Amino acid sequence: ELTLKYGAKHVIMLFIPVTLCMVVVVATIKSVSFYTEKTDQQLIYTPFTENTPSVGRRLLNSVLNTIIMISVIVVMTIFLVVLYKYRCYKFIHGWLILSSLMLLFWFSFMYLGEVFKTYNLAVDYPTVGLIIWNFGAVGMICIHWKGPLQLQQAYLILISALMALVFIKYLPEWSAWVILGAISVYDLVAVLSPKGPLRMLVETAQERNEPIFPALIYSSAMVWTVGMASPMDAQRSEHGSDEEAEQSGGRVEPERRQPRTFPEDDVEEDSEFIRDHVLVGKATATGGDWNTTLTCFVAILI
Amino acid sequence: MTASVFFGCTFIAFGPAIALFLFTIAREPLRVIFLIAGAFFWLVSLLLSSLVWFISVQISNKESAVQQKGLLIFGVVLSVLLQETFRFAYYKLLKKANEGLLALSQEETMPISIRQLAYVSGLGFGFMSGAFSVVNILADSVGPGTVGIHGDSQHYFLSSAFMTMAIILLHMFWGVVFFDACEKQRWWAVAAVIISHLVVSCLTFQNPEYVTSLVPTYIILFLMGIWAFYTAGGSLRNLKLCLTCKDKDFLLANHRPR
Repeated sequence: ELTLKYGAKHVIMLFIPVTLCMVVVVATIKSVSFYTEKTDQQLIYTPFTENTPSVGRRLLNSVLNTIIMISVIVVMTIFLVVLYKYRCYKFIHGWLILSSLMLLFWFSFMYLGEVFKTYNLAVDYPTVGLIIWNFGAVGMICIHWKGPLQLQQAYLILISALMALVFIKYLPEWSAWVILGAISVYDLVAVLSPKGPLRMLVETAQERNEPIFPALIYSSAMVWTVGMASPMDAQRSEHGSDEEAEQSGGRVEPERRQPRTFPEDDVEEDSEFIRDHVLVGKATATGGDWNTTLTCFVAILI
Repeated sequence: MTASVFFGCTFIAFGPAIALFLFTIAREPLRVIFLIAGAFFWLVSLLLSSLVWFISVQISNKESAVQQKGLLIFGVVLSVLLQETFRFAYYKLLKKANEGLLALSQEETMPISIRQLAYVSGLGFGFMSGAFSVVNILADSVGPGTVGIHGDSQHYFLSSAFMTMAIILLHMFWGVVFFDACEKQRWWAVAAVIISHLVVSCLTFQNPEYVTSLVPTYIILFLMGIWAFYTAGGSLRNLKLCLTCKDKDFLLANHRPR
């Protein structure tokens, strides 16, 4: 019975960050119009435009975009597994640091700028510099070193929200929905199938019996957007360190703890995390109806 | 309009439900999970009924107002029946899960009783149902505008909020009575729940004469409340003990000295 109660408590501890993140994404989409403005600028991973007049052409383009995006993800995942196999740890660490740097400084600077524009606030550069510097520096320390658990969770929430918002802005409409669907399928395949790259990563780590293993699992799940300097890495590593921190925090019941030997589940959780926030954001952006948002929210929690 | 109406209507609609949630459910993770699962089941039932309604509207004659009204009534009745079907399905699922949990766990007692599940699932249904009824109205009440400027009733927002509160509490009472009736195989009670749900939903067709829809709804609410209270094991004696803080079991359970 205690195992069941512990499991339930763990689920609830997940609900709260997920809910907060969705609140941030929805609030931003509703208020800051930047993230819903149509733009001709697209990611290099989705080169086919959706501005074509015919429906068939548009559908074809979105499917092609999806294929490109998914193949990029697959290639990057395999690349990361290869790196891990040949023990190029320094490279992986450097990548992680670079991507979290970019996310914490550049994207939050953009976000802050758009919020100021929406509310018509004039703020000088030294102030903004100070805010962003502090935000970014504390974030880097929290993610890559130590920090209070709640601060780590707060950073996770903000970073996931930022990531989801960028995706919502730059992915064209139909491609976004097809990609969301395809990524769900890819999640399952990559993690559960015996030849899947993530599964190979897990097995290699288990053979080597290495403690570095959690952060790497999360970094492998994050290998999505190299062009954006893998901002997902930051989110994943935060989630990873967040989970580790939760574990250290819950040392009260060491014997009853369910052994965390299901890294596949964690990896799936992470990729679902970011995908769910993109889903909620897109749903909010496309529909004026709050019912759609509510539905996505409950479905995601389930 | 704007902020005062928004906050007022939100608190009217969701106040009792949120209070119930905070004081009885929020502390127990298992109950929260079953609440959200209940909300999801309601959502699926609504999805199915709206699919049917949508298809039937597409193939109907869009010009004829009488036909559209008829379709709406049909949609409401179908939705009520589907909601109750999904309530029954959720009951079956919970029974199975409970038996499974009991077999798995080492303890003799179940971690959560079927009565608690009835309450929690009813509230879950209620939350989702209320949210779907009123959230868009609340969103509109923030913005600029005048209610009923074209000659409609000025009390639209307020009566929607009151209706929502009644519906949420009713779903909870229905949940308690329904699960208990299923446990004891009292099918007349199940039928009574379904009929009262139909009555309340069809009363809304009286809108915009809000008096004729709200007053009977609240009467049904009080009656169902009393029925659910007795079903859950309450009695006048319990009530008296509780109100005068002499209920020893409750005090012991909450570690309060007397």
